Amino acid sequence: MRAARVLLRPVGLVGFGLLVLVLLVAVFGPVLWDGRATVVDTGNLLAGPSAGHWIGTDNLGRDLFFRVLVATRLSIALALAATAISMVLGIVLGAAPLLVGRRAGRLVMGAVNVLVAFPGLLLVLFFAVIFGVGARGAALAVGLAGAPAFARLCHTLIAGISERDYIAAARIAGVSRLRILLRHALPNIAQPLIVNATMAAGGALLTFAGLSFLGLGVQAPSYDWGKLMQDGLNGIYVHPLAALGPGIAVILAGLAFNLTGEAFAAAFGIDVIPGVVRPRQVRNTPGKIRGSGATTASADAGTVLSVEDLRVTIPAARNPIRAVRGVTFAIRDGEAVGVVGESGSGKSMTALALAQLIEEPTRVEANHLVFGGEDLMAAGDPESRRKRLGTSLAVVFQDPMTSFNPVHRVGPQLAEVSRFHQGLSRRAAFARAVDRLRAVKVREPERRARQYPFEFSGGMRQRAMIGMGLMGTPRLIIADEPTTALDVTVQRQVLELLTEVRRDTGAALLLISHDVSVVTDVCDRVLVMYAGRIVEELPAQDLRTLARHPYTRALVAAVPDMETDLTKPLAVIPGLPIDPSRVPPGCAFAARCPLADDHCRAAEPRLQADAAGNRVACHKAGQALPTDTAEVTA
Amino acid sequence: MSESTSATVPRGLPGWLGGLWAHRWFRFAVRRAGRLSLSLWILVTASFLMIHLIPGDPVRAALGPTAPADLVLARTRELGLLDPLWRQYADYLVHLFHGELGTSITSRLPVSETIAQRLPATAQLAVAAFVLSMLIAVPLGVVMAVLTRRGRRRRTELAFTGTNIVLGAIPDFLFGVGLVYLLAVQTHLFPVAGRDGLDSYVLPVLALAIGPAAVLSRIVRVEMLAVMEADYIRTARAKRLTPVRIHLLHALPNAVTATLTLGGLLLSSLVAGTVLVENVFAWPGLGSTIVSSITTKDYPLVQGTVLVYGVGVLLINTLVDVVLALLDPRSAIGDS
Repeated sequence: MRAARVLLRPVGLVGFGLLVLVLLVAVFGPVLWDGRATVVDTGNLLAGPSAGHWIGTDNLGRDLFFRVLVATRLSIALALAATAISMVLGIVLGAAPLLVGRRAGRLVMGAVNVLVAFPGLLLVLFFAVIFGVGARGAALAVGLAGAPAFARLCHTLIAGISERDYIAAARIAGVSRLRILLRHALPNIAQPLIVNATMAAGGALLTFAGLSFLGLGVQAPSYDWGKLMQDGLNGIYVHPLAALGPGIAVILAGLAFNLTGEAFAAAFGIDVIPGVVRPRQVRNTPGKIRGSGATTASADAGTVLSVEDLRVTIPAARNPIRAVRGVTFAIRDGEAVGVVGESGSGKSMTALALAQLIEEPTRVEANHLVFGGEDLMAAGDPESRRKRLGTSLAVVFQDPMTSFNPVHRVGPQLAEVSRFHQGLSRRAAFARAVDRLRAVKVREPERRARQYPFEFSGGMRQRAMIGMGLMGTPRLIIADEPTTALDVTVQRQVLELLTEVRRDTGAALLLISHDVSVVTDVCDRVLVMYAGRIVEELPAQDLRTLARHPYTRALVAAVPDMETDLTKPLAVIPGLPIDPSRVPPGCAFAARCPLADDHCRAAEPRLQADAAGNRVACHKAGQALPTDTAEVTA
Repeated sequence: MSESTSATVPRGLPGWLGGLWAHRWFRFAVRRAGRLSLSLWILVTASFLMIHLIPGDPVRAALGPTAPADLVLARTRELGLLDPLWRQYADYLVHLFHGELGTSITSRLPVSETIAQRLPATAQLAVAAFVLSMLIAVPLGVVMAVLTRRGRRRRTELAFTGTNIVLGAIPDFLFGVGLVYLLAVQTHLFPVAGRDGLDSYVLPVLALAIGPAAVLSRIVRVEMLAVMEADYIRTARAKRLTPVRIHLLHALPNAVTATLTLGGLLLSSLVAGTVLVENVFAWPGLGSTIVSSITTKDYPLVQGTVLVYGVGVLLINTLVDVVLALLDPRSAIGDS
């Protein structure tokens, strides 16, 4: 039961508890304490708080504490009456399109929309003029003033269900309009209506207190909280509790309604903030943790990037997700290295971790991560590191449509790099941005630089993104699926551009892709990743012929080429990748591997290099595959 | 984004008008001006009808049961209430057009004079409170978003949202009473009431601003949280900018649209909220005028004040729509 779950939240429990208390006082208050609230104590006129009178007395010596308790009934009753008026009127108005036809209904809703634009208090005052001063007039005024908001809500809710089958069926069956509203529409919108009515009752309570406080609501000798406050305000210098006491009662009762309403709204899934991961017990401060055997990297000359035992862990309540489980490799100056694998193999996580773009609570650990001679895992001066990374490490992301900031023009977004890291003036930085856009073959770069991202096509944005990386002097470009979101023809152009940029600048490239053919075309060397590990590393040109890992071979076989027999079904890799939160003990690929035996399932193979420097992690590396594995029917 | 594709030119329009119609901003202006004039007409008509909807004889009610019959008749004639309704309506519109709002029954002063005298005090209060609530809400919302994003600092987040719900539920006049007690009665830091010098503004402006600031800062935080997960923020981080620059230059501008929409609503409710707060602080503004004129049944004065408040709200709503359209051109197209 959802309603029961409301009580399990602290907000719901507090709100509901308060509400029950307030209602109990409203029902029994006058019965129990009316005598003590009306007894006149002439010896204690306008007295301050004492043991006998907790918050003092009024000008007739009546006890204010009990008057506040007794006033609960009238305050709550008036608020509920006003809410009931708003709700009934609101439902009738909101259902107008259903009741009197579409055209007349539209007229009604037009008027409602005009009224909704006015603040509630103004409407209340307007109606208070018409109905006159007093409790009855105020109840009508507050009720009528609340109707437009309810009408709009009802209209939206009814519009949401009026095209449903059961309404259409009832209509065809000749059920009367009123009956459709009462029997078919209302029960289906009752939940949100009641939640809103609860909140509206809280609002009506506050409005009523305000009206009585202004002297427009309840008149003497009756009294509600607002009236008590009005009486108390004049003496606020002498005994402030006379004004504050009823004020606190108003706030508590208002909160009771509001919190209950909010708790129900939350339980029915109305108010949820998206995209927030909430780990339970992550107290391992910031992202980077050095591995245990931390030996400083002896970064070879000519190596732009080297990483040892990179691990990326996403914390979760039960099983943390180990997205990358110990990756070790290096990239030489000017070299192009590709990383291939299915989605979920950890290749994008690897790229983001290398670019230092992973944030808490996700953890990045490595024995070392050396870029351009500096270990990024070690502490360092953040200022100079920002400058280094900002100018010499370029990153190109997957989706060019969302990777540019929509509120800034393209040119300044590029220029920001030079202004921020290289201290260029606004003009000089903009000129460089235009020059870089020209370098990545954006036509009319001066005009384009002054446009917003939404005026660029996808391919052009990806060029601009590469151009952004060229604002500095990149030593490494990390491109995470740079062509996945683009058309095939544009893909080719972007890849050619990347190749040209490498040739012109001498930058190295780390290209992440799930597309084997893209990687073989562009890269010198290929890393194959599976379940967060590198399972094979070999020269790109040998990928089709010399691959030894069954996974690599299946991956290559799944790509059709000119020799593929099109009469047969295309090859797929059977089964699904493992769940990264539940990594099995042996080889992660064993469950899908045609060669796997008990040894594979028990012991995880290590990544071992051969004489040529190629690496593979497989107990059965290079063994012949059974002939029929490539053909798996759907 | 092309400006001519989605527009269907209404038939029978001359060519040049059709060309104008094809322009996005022209269509927006026409539609928005149309809605504003419709609302204005409803407002004016409602304020005219108000006096006729009152049960019984309004003049008798205003002057009291002891007033002589010929005085009541004279005032009734003076107010034009003996004319046929259509004539009264026409006169009302004509007078309104000339800026005449009638004469107060009790003070015998022109209503427009009273309003001109009282309006500035109220406007000052509302504008100051709006600016203050923005100045509190935006930085607070941004800082809270940065501190509590991705489930960090759960306790800070709970404290923030909890305080917010409570503060948002307390009406402004209760803040007023509480502030008077704490900062005027208890500590004598500020005057209890009246409008006299800068320090007399502090308490009423605070009382008006706290609630809206609470609501608004919550919205800013939620918007910022959503924006900070966007791809372009990752791009900004890849440029290795400082966190301050990323949050202020790259995230915040994308979070202001919703803040502004709500800010406009808050501003118009602030205008109404001044009525109560002015009464707490005996502020010589329109709010105390409307309340006293309702209790004394001074209907011409009520009519005039309601009209001024209503026009104020309508103008604010229109202004917000225009600013939104300038910031985000897409909202001008989708406007209906």
